Amino acid sequence: MNDLESLRGLASHVAETQRESVLSSGVNAMGELVVAVSHQKVAEFALWLKTDSPCRFTTLVDITAVDYPSRDRRFDVVYHLLSMQRNQRIRFRTSIRESGELVPTLVPVFPAANWFEREVFDMYGVMFSGHPDLRRILTDYGFQGYPLRKDFPTTGFTEVRYDEVEKRVVQEPVSLVQEYRQFDFMSPWEGSQSIIGETAGAVGPEGSGQPNDRPDSGGNNGSAT
Amino acid sequence: MTERAFDDAATDEQRIRNFNINFGPQHPAAHGVLRLVLELDGEIVERCDPHIGLLHRGTEKLMESRTYLQNLPYFDRLDYVAPMNQEHAWCLAIEKLTGTVVPRRGQLIRVLYCEIGRVLNHLLNVTTQAMDVGALTPPLWGFEEREKLMVFYERACGARLHAAYFRPGGVHQDLPSKLLADISAWTESFPAVLDDIEELLTENRIFKQRNVDIGVVSQQDALDWGFSGVMVRGSGLAWDLRRSQPYECYNEFDFRIPIGRNGDCYDRYLCRMEEMRESNGIIRAAVDKLGSAEAAGDVIARGKLSPPRRDDMKTSMEALIHHFKLYTEGFRVPEGEVYAAVEAPKGEFGVYLVADGSNMPYKAKIRAPGFLHLQAMEALSKGHQLADVSAIIGTLDVVFGEIDR
Repeated sequence: MNDLESLRGLASHVAETQRESVLSSGVNAMGELVVAVSHQKVAEFALWLKTDSPCRFTTLVDITAVDYPSRDRRFDVVYHLLSMQRNQRIRFRTSIRESGELVPTLVPVFPAANWFEREVFDMYGVMFSGHPDLRRILTDYGFQGYPLRKDFPTTGFTEVRYDEVEKRVVQEPVSLVQEYRQFDFMSPWEGSQSIIGETAGAVGPEGSGQPNDRPDSGGNNGSAT
Repeated sequence: MTERAFDDAATDEQRIRNFNINFGPQHPAAHGVLRLVLELDGEIVERCDPHIGLLHRGTEKLMESRTYLQNLPYFDRLDYVAPMNQEHAWCLAIEKLTGTVVPRRGQLIRVLYCEIGRVLNHLLNVTTQAMDVGALTPPLWGFEEREKLMVFYERACGARLHAAYFRPGGVHQDLPSKLLADISAWTESFPAVLDDIEELLTENRIFKQRNVDIGVVSQQDALDWGFSGVMVRGSGLAWDLRRSQPYECYNEFDFRIPIGRNGDCYDRYLCRMEEMRESNGIIRAAVDKLGSAEAAGDVIARGKLSPPRRDDMKTSMEALIHHFKLYTEGFRVPEGEVYAAVEAPKGEFGVYLVADGSNMPYKAKIRAPGFLHLQAMEALSKGHQLADVSAIIGTLDVVFGEIDR
């Protein structure tokens, strides 16, 4: 962990040996080895990390994604690997577009990638090519939308309840008894995104009464009335 | 075609197809809301498809619209068996990004309570797994000790389970004066309780028949499936983050890492029992260190991340403003990303935090050990009897708070 030198050496080793897949490689301010990889090469890069003898990253720790809605290549898929032999960690990421681009699956390399990729698909809608079983995992059966995207409202679009008359669980558009509260505590003279006068008045027709511009709270909260 | 040819000649009894059953979601041996779709050939498991997410609460989504401090209590609700170990990972992630150094007393208290959490977890796991395979007494004995430990939780922070005690920069408040003596007294009596439980189980014929050679994890399996914690140590890999990538002041503590030989349910049970004894030793050492003069001082790094002292607030306007802003706006974390992991009782519990410089995380991913362990359920239970499924789930040590998030 404190051997930054060996980590830097590893970073240059990765960059030199895997020239065609690595876009950038280095050690960040936290002392972590971070590599950017082009998205077509993810699986072979992971396989190389697993088998190459100075690397030996044989344990898959985590796969997740980060959503940057403003970017052209909207999603970062982030992989964390661990080498128990060398006692080192690596993070590598790849960016992909919202549609039209697939990430090669890591399941043949690490069986543990299966559920992680299902989760990323479930939460972000990122597709993995070659995945044996790309179903939703954490959300409800029949759920629609990708909850962890920044443009998905925290309240969701539908709610479920048990209907006593129909004797089954029904899905309905979400209706909030009171408006979803999202307070903006930023100091008014530094960084507040709301102007008090604008939100204190009537709520607009689209029902966005939040004093906040964060994309996950805007609009779509259903009518509060 | 050849198979079909005999179909009309076969009687109803001869036409056998595999049987699909739902194990759960409300099964007492599923340790929570787990639905397993099992395909059985007689009593042999052919296929096992875990359906998870029944306890999904959208923690990661909620965290993106709350301040760093408001997010902390969510971690108690992940693995609710050992809450403080989860908070620890969150605090470590924030401390890494902000470059905060935890004062010595804060570190020792954290180590103390992490180990208490480990004992809490293993007590629950070992004893309820024993219940899954037919022993009723161990949970009764184990839960008595858990109760005592939860009183220690309560005396430190006021809550038995959802502690919110670890804070970025240290811990919330100092321990009450008599608590250390009581914890010390408890460590004296605890090994006898472990002996009692071991006497019930370790050489118990039924317990061994149900656990030995069940759910064998080879070293290669453990790597392939991304196991951590007892799941790798049971297979003989001496991997423990407290030792290999030490955080807080774990490197000053003297403890051994028990490993198994065969990687079956029984070895994992033995590892957990032994780890409790090691934890007991760490708790005792931490109590000793806390009692010495060098550990005196503040328990939290005073600064932007933590509230001012109560007496300062009575006299200083700045302290009052700081307190108000801390609990409304919250503190800012500089832009960056970090992965912080702790050796939670169940394995490597990690937080991948992406900060954008505001008072809320841009993205927080919770890496729960149980998620990977449960994923290997099919690989582990294939070819075993139906009754072994509950034994395997028991030693996987799954808690759905952290798996479903």
